[in-house]
Amino acid sequence: MNGVHDMGGMDGFGKVEPEPNEPMFHAHWEERVLAMVRAMGAAGAFNIDTSRFYRETLPPEVYLSSSYYKKWFLGLEEMLIEKGYLSREEVAAGHAMQPAKALKHGKFDLTQVERVMVRGKFGRTAPAPAKFNIGDRVRARNIHPATHTRLPRYVRGHVGVVELNHGCHVFPDTAAMERGEHPQWLYTVVFGGRDLWGEDGDPTLKVSIDAFEPYLDPA
Amino acid sequence: MSHDHHHHHHHDHDHSELSETELRVRALETILTEKGYVEPAALDAIIQAYETRIGPHNGARVVAKAWTDPAFKQALLEDGSKAIGTLGHVSRVGDHLVVVENTPARHNMVVCTLCSCYPWEMLGLPPVWYKAAPYRSRAVKDPRGVLADFDVSLPKDVEIRVWDSTAETRFLVLPMRPAGTGGWSEEQLAELVTRDSMIGTGFPRQPGASS
Repeated sequence: MNGVHDMGGMDGFGKVEPEPNEPMFHAHWEERVLAMVRAMGAAGAFNIDTSRFYRETLPPEVYLSSSYYKKWFLGLEEMLIEKGYLSREEVAAGHAMQPAKALKHGKFDLTQVERVMVRGKFGRTAPAPAKFNIGDRVRARNIHPATHTRLPRYVRGHVGVVELNHGCHVFPDTAAMERGEHPQWLYTVVFGGRDLWGEDGDPTLKVSIDAFEPYLDPA
Repeated sequence: MSHDHHHHHHHDHDHSELSETELRVRALETILTEKGYVEPAALDAIIQAYETRIGPHNGARVVAKAWTDPAFKQALLEDGSKAIGTLGHVSRVGDHLVVVENTPARHNMVVCTLCSCYPWEMLGLPPVWYKAAPYRSRAVKDPRGVLADFDVSLPKDVEIRVWDSTAETRFLVLPMRPAGTGGWSEEQLAELVTRDSMIGTGFPRQPGASS
């Protein structure tokens, strides 16, 4: 979706402001939000792409004015409601009122913690040979799905070169919408700075994205 | 917001927006616990694991080893996940870690314009600036301007390569080894490796500089 989360190339957000000696969390509730997101994901309530999509669908003014973990919280709450794990009535009351919905991997208890500390596996067996080779010129498709995609707007329509092939991976565009993994070849595609940003662009700049095969046409 | 006043003593922030969030987060945890979805002690354990087991010290060890062991460096650049997997003391990484090398001719910088993708196992949880709009918006268009915000400047003819982490691949920058460190041990070298030098928004510390 063409949301405010797709920030590459936008102007007006000001300087980057690193915080000296930044703490890992800025409030106790941030830790709890992180842990709840990881736990409910590991328990099978949602996949990582679905959780990203729910943050992206926050109203733009909420997305831009909320801290990082506030976005995580808002996305988590809405997602759990829409997936039937809790109700708006329960959220308003602050207590469970209806029976639980079964979780795919069961309750998240102490025996499950180690699963959270290992990154998920996203590589899959290839259903078909790769269409592109290293060095091929490709054009990022001019697509604008209203649903989740990982093709940022700033490369759409531009020509780049395939630099790396990462194998076949879960396709976020369908996984986020719970329409299956549909594994796709994943490539690093590199674009020239001036191709993306015009004649005023930095001539020494090259930018790459990781692009799934359905995002690309031969050029 | 009368509820807020009961909870001010529980946390450091006392303006109402955060207090309301704190209340909502607690309510959600209560519901998830009452419904039998999560065990609060398991949430505590997740937080403790993040606080103690991941962090830039993991990435620093990898970089220092690459600076001292040419065979490891080559293996690291060919397949980051596999090479790091051979180091028993570094926390387990995912399958798709790509290590990119800075050279006198090319400087690498990592961003996630769409969200906050970051090599957690190597660097810990990302800092706020990495996840915030200024960095995400400008890194791909004006990386030299972003570097200036970090008081970093590169020679004009150095190529800047920005890696936008748009999939489940993760990128770690292998910075250049500082001059004047001949004969240093891996442990000594690891002390010079900063988090930002592995994101590409900084350089390693120079020998003799205060850390």
